[in-house]
Amino acid sequence: MFQIRIHGRGGQGVVSGAEMLSVAAFLEGRYAQAFPSFGSERMGAPVMAFCRIDDKEIRLREPVLEPDALIVQDQTLLHQVDLFNGLPPRGYILLNSTKSIDELGLGGFARGVQQYRLCTLPASELALKHVGRPVPNAALLGGFAAITGVITLASVLAAIRQKFPAAVAEKNVAAATEAFELAVKTKETIDA
Amino acid sequence: MLKQTEGSHAVAESVALCRPQVICAYPITPQTHIVEGLGEMVKAGELVDCEFINVESEFAAMSVAIGASAAGVRTYTATSSQGLLFMAEAVYNAAGLGLPIVMTVGNRAIGAPINIWNDHSDSMSMRDAGWIQLYAETNQEALDLHIQAFRLAEELSCPVMVCMDGFILTHAYERVDVPTQDQVDAFLPPYEPRQILDPADPVSIGALVGPEAFTEVRYLAHHKQLRALGLIPQLAAEFRKEFGRNSGGLIRTYRTEDAETIVVALGSLNGTVQEVVDEMRGGGSRIGSVSICSFRPFPLAATREALQHAKRVVVLEKCLAVGLGGIVSDGVRKSLSGIVLNGYTVIAGLGGRAITRGSLKRLFQDAERDELEQVTFLDLNADVISYELERESKSRRTGPTAEAILRRIGTVASGIG
Amino acid sequence: MVKFYQTGTFTVGNRLLKEDQRSVQADMHRTNSLNSGHRACQGCGEALGARYAIDAAMQATGNQLIAVNATGCLEVFSTPYPQTSWQIPWIHSLFGNAAAVASGVAAAQRALGRTGVRVIAQGGDGGTTDIGFGCLSGMFERNDDVLYICYDNEAYMNTGVQRSSATPPAARTATTPALGPSPGNVFGTGKNVPRIAMAHGIPYVATASVSNLRDLERKVKVAMGIHGARYIHIFVPCPLGWGSASEDTIKIARLAVETGLFPLFEAHDGEVTASTPIRHKVPVAEYLKLQKRYAHLFRNPPDLERIAQIQMMADRNIEKFGLLH
Repeated sequence: MFQIRIHGRGGQGVVSGAEMLSVAAFLEGRYAQAFPSFGSERMGAPVMAFCRIDDKEIRLREPVLEPDALIVQDQTLLHQVDLFNGLPPRGYILLNSTKSIDELGLGGFARGVQQYRLCTLPASELALKHVGRPVPNAALLGGFAAITGVITLASVLAAIRQKFPAAVAEKNVAAATEAFELAVKTKETIDA
Repeated sequence: MLKQTEGSHAVAESVALCRPQVICAYPITPQTHIVEGLGEMVKAGELVDCEFINVESEFAAMSVAIGASAAGVRTYTATSSQGLLFMAEAVYNAAGLGLPIVMTVGNRAIGAPINIWNDHSDSMSMRDAGWIQLYAETNQEALDLHIQAFRLAEELSCPVMVCMDGFILTHAYERVDVPTQDQVDAFLPPYEPRQILDPADPVSIGALVGPEAFTEVRYLAHHKQLRALGLIPQLAAEFRKEFGRNSGGLIRTYRTEDAETIVVALGSLNGTVQEVVDEMRGGGSRIGSVSICSFRPFPLAATREALQHAKRVVVLEKCLAVGLGGIVSDGVRKSLSGIVLNGYTVIAGLGGRAITRGSLKRLFQDAERDELEQVTFLDLNADVISYELERESKSRRTGPTAEAILRRIGTVASGIG
Repeated sequence: MVKFYQTGTFTVGNRLLKEDQRSVQADMHRTNSLNSGHRACQGCGEALGARYAIDAAMQATGNQLIAVNATGCLEVFSTPYPQTSWQIPWIHSLFGNAAAVASGVAAAQRALGRTGVRVIAQGGDGGTTDIGFGCLSGMFERNDDVLYICYDNEAYMNTGVQRSSATPPAARTATTPALGPSPGNVFGTGKNVPRIAMAHGIPYVATASVSNLRDLERKVKVAMGIHGARYIHIFVPCPLGWGSASEDTIKIARLAVETGLFPLFEAHDGEVTASTPIRHKVPVAEYLKLQKRYAHLFRNPPDLERIAQIQMMADRNIEKFGLLH
């Protein structure tokens, strides 16, 4: 089973991101579960969503306590919420930021004992560029496909097309594709 | 057809396939997506011959349902928590009048304190209203149970409540197999009412019944649910034959054959329980679990059969009988009448507190050593409790309890577990 | 137009009228929807009003009617288990939900394609103005195809004469006793549901009285000729609760109209379109004196101040609805 935890703020598409991720896995014939950590509808509050992917039926219902991958949609959460709780060694961290890992003060994590596989992506900027709104979820999924290889880009794009109406979907597809290409370059570095 | 979709949406699709004729809706978290989905289908013309009514309260919702059902049409509504309580009078009325309404309850805690997250206190509050109560373990089962529910309700002339965990199931994306219209039509024929308001054949429904006949009327309601004990497994078997999967029935057992410790639970919690059972079996424990699907009627005989050879039973409850302990435990205990074994009640997951594998494993291991209290509150923060009790003993004007506790445990940002 | 000169009992023999002008009650083929044998008190205004109203509705709809009844006197006296007085399909659910249940019944008729079957919801003032108010407003707001009839005897009668929001000022009830400096119900409280119904903008609102049979029947028939939410508020004296003589029911109902205390009017889409003029204005004391629930106003000395306040209410109605020419 591969477990993903997505952190962000209300309004950033954290929940839809997890849902699309589960749809992508489903399209590859796998079982997937996605659910939010819930709160009343409120923009700006920290939110989390979870996704599990497996080749057999998923029975577990607890929140993702030991994520194999973290997706952080909002860098301002870095020092507010205990984001890395439960991440195992070599766990993936995909961060939405234009800054480098060192600029974010995370150099220690990347080079430390845990050997987290950290990757930053300017997902909000990509979204602004292609979609016109800084909702980074689709781009981050493209990045996720690249650095973890757990799902293919094609599945991500198909999931995006299922989720959004045609015109908006294609813009998100473009953002996700560019994110994928950017992330592919990082993958080799972090896998080493 | 296989789909990856939100639980609420799966239920909306399932209800639509059952050809409801009147749907009444009042919003309350976490069932809103179900009725919104159905409303969209009606408005878009996908669900035909169906009236979708936006009502002004849950009391109105159940009342509109009563009127529609008494007038002879297949009727559906959904609610949760406070909404279920608000319609309580009408819930009893619907059962008393023998109207085959089907209602989804998106299980959510009841306040005060106000809480939007999952537990079973809402449906438990209506357990003796005369409705049949079925609990879904997965979104697939939630989908399937609605199809069975309409059939069950109409055959018995008894309303049916399908309970599914709020957020955990309603808002979870999962793979479901949505049947075809033909499949559902073959299983669920058009509604043929036992009673109907019809100018061509007038009847009076809802008479005052005095001491001379009230007991008999109530006995017949009880008898109806006893008949359901036979009909529910029958429908589940028929469903398995037509749709190819196990859904519904009275209870489901998991690795209980040689189990010394058996865990009993309702709803989605069973998934996590089964994971822990597998892990502990791997470590040599003789442990199994029972998922109760039909809570009303309570399956006394089936539960007894499943549990009687165990050394101990742990009933995991997402509800609380304040001042007593467990609610489900009462039924379990009754089913074990005359049998001596160690019974433990564990109150867990109230107000949406996550129930983790880790906590369950520790709990079950304590149970195996018979080191559990009669009633345990899983993951209770003892520090907070003792602090609050001490504070209350020191002064009179202690202020609102909930707020004091929230202040004590610090700001609520994204607590993960 | 034929002018009728009233006889001592204000009746006109039907044999003088053309057939289509005769009352439904005079018709040999009336449905008698609320059949005899019910257990209402002698002189019950509500039993009278319900029979008039439902028979008129049955004639107007070709006997295609379903009735939904709130808990209350009418429901209790008309269905003493195991008997029923109703000759029509009828359902009683709860005290406060008649309007909502009726909305459901109406929706079912649409779902079944039964366009000719119409729905009436009915209840007393308690079930309408208080506990049933939310559901009533919801039905109005949705413009559901339901005629709601309120039989207003100005208190919760079935439970022993307790005050409702329809209880008039100064009236004695079990919960507004004639004691202390302000005996009876308090002035300045109460709900005018016909005006509230009008505020919802529904197609038809009317008030009626059991003293004016043909007017009541006509209004029911007008209502049944309209689709959408409709409301008729019928004044029905209760001899037991009001402490009046059972043979005075119609007289008291007429006096309520003739004093101006209960104006008869119709409204379409939220605006008053017609009102029934008062022929001979009567001072309120003549109406109040016949009811023991106002007896405390007529002690020695009489409570002139309160009687005057009640007179003012009547005069205000007369002015507002233009009831005197």
